[in-house]
Amino acid sequence: MSEHRIRFTLNGEAVDLTVPAQRLAVDLLRDDLGKTGTKDGCSVGVCGLCTIQVDGAPMSACLLLATQLDGTAVRTVEGLRSPLQEAFIEEGGFQCGICTSGQLMAADALLREKPDATPAEVNDWMMGNLCRCTGYHGIARAIAKAQGAR
Amino acid sequence: MRPFDYLEPATLEEALALLAEDPDDTLVMAGGTSLVILLKQDLIRPARVLGLRRLAQLGAIESGSAGLRLGALATHGALARADAVRAHAPALAATFAAVATVRIREQATLGGNLAHADPAQDPPVTLLALDASVVAMSKDRARTIPLEALFVDVFETSLEPGELLLRVEVPPLPHGARATYKKFLPNTLDDYATVSVAAVVAAGADGRCTHARIAVGGAGPVPFRAREAERALVGSRLDEAAVREASALAASAAEPIDDLRGSAEYKRAMTRVWAERALREVA
Repeated sequence: MSEHRIRFTLNGEAVDLTVPAQRLAVDLLRDDLGKTGTKDGCSVGVCGLCTIQVDGAPMSACLLLATQLDGTAVRTVEGLRSPLQEAFIEEGGFQCGICTSGQLMAADALLREKPDATPAEVNDWMMGNLCRCTGYHGIARAIAKAQGAR
Repeated sequence: MRPFDYLEPATLEEALALLAEDPDDTLVMAGGTSLVILLKQDLIRPARVLGLRRLAQLGAIESGSAGLRLGALATHGALARADAVRAHAPALAATFAAVATVRIREQATLGGNLAHADPAQDPPVTLLALDASVVAMSKDRARTIPLEALFVDVFETSLEPGELLLRVEVPPLPHGARATYKKFLPNTLDDYATVSVAAVVAAGADGRCTHARIAVGGAGPVPFRAREAERALVGSRLDEAAVREASALAASAAEPIDDLRGSAEYKRAMTRVWAERALREVA
């Protein structure tokens, strides 16, 4: 079993630590670095609860080894400052809340990558972030509101 | 997850040398979307994992007179967005855009996709219809493998121990050819296809078919070219009767199994239906 020194930025702050090869990014973030806004749901990359941004791109923290974060800029929901957050509150973009941080991180990446996304493009982008309360209409309204607020 | 040794070479030469040291017990990781799941579920137990992420040159996407050269580390997202891919065949860019979710597309790579060899994946089907091949390299040699010969069985390729998949080469389309990829998703949009069909068809000035390549995914242990269907189509007028005949032949070449995405009988029937839809679009 090998150990690896990894250095990356987490929400703009430098991180420098040593991890065993098999450490998962989601466990590193939650258990070692205390960023528990990133949830571990299905653990197989399907549900979107653990969505983080790596160099701006949305990814599943449950499918990344911690070593894959070396040299990157990582953002979790704790580092998010977006009109999306107010919009989710105003439009009721969540019910139980377990999926919300993943929804926000995916939607934030969308607003940067495709700021003028049509409702169909929004649905396509957000399709992989599941809400078991099925609060999808509220989420869609919140994203549309945040698009308009820009 | 069981412990393993992780290796992250800085050069291709170093990667090939490390792979040659212990080829049977070293697994190659590109994006990791499939490998990490297999590791977590204890379905594979490698002594060593060789991560390719520092070999940035393997992510290049290039086009020229010989067609497209797609680096093994290019992500599905990068390939879907690449002007070179869209210019070559919009259907190929659309195929990459149809894979799983945006998160997977940003992490998973072309080379990882092909080496994983799940028969229900999308890119192999369109790449088969585009007559693609792959270049693999070991410490001692490089060789070109037609894509059709890469897939041996479910999760099994003809890559030899010590070989690394470097890139995919896609030749230019026949003059005037049209290409399409049809993915049948009766469950959710992020699912693997129940069946999928890619078709590349060209016709001469007289309206008769000059080239036809049809590939099918999800309907057997490997994605396959429906060669009898192709032969039936070439020389035909590409009318509804020809489309139906070729699609029935494609379905009869399928060897599907019963699983969560449908019974074997259903998948065979859907192979015919989706071959018809694909062929009508390009005929």
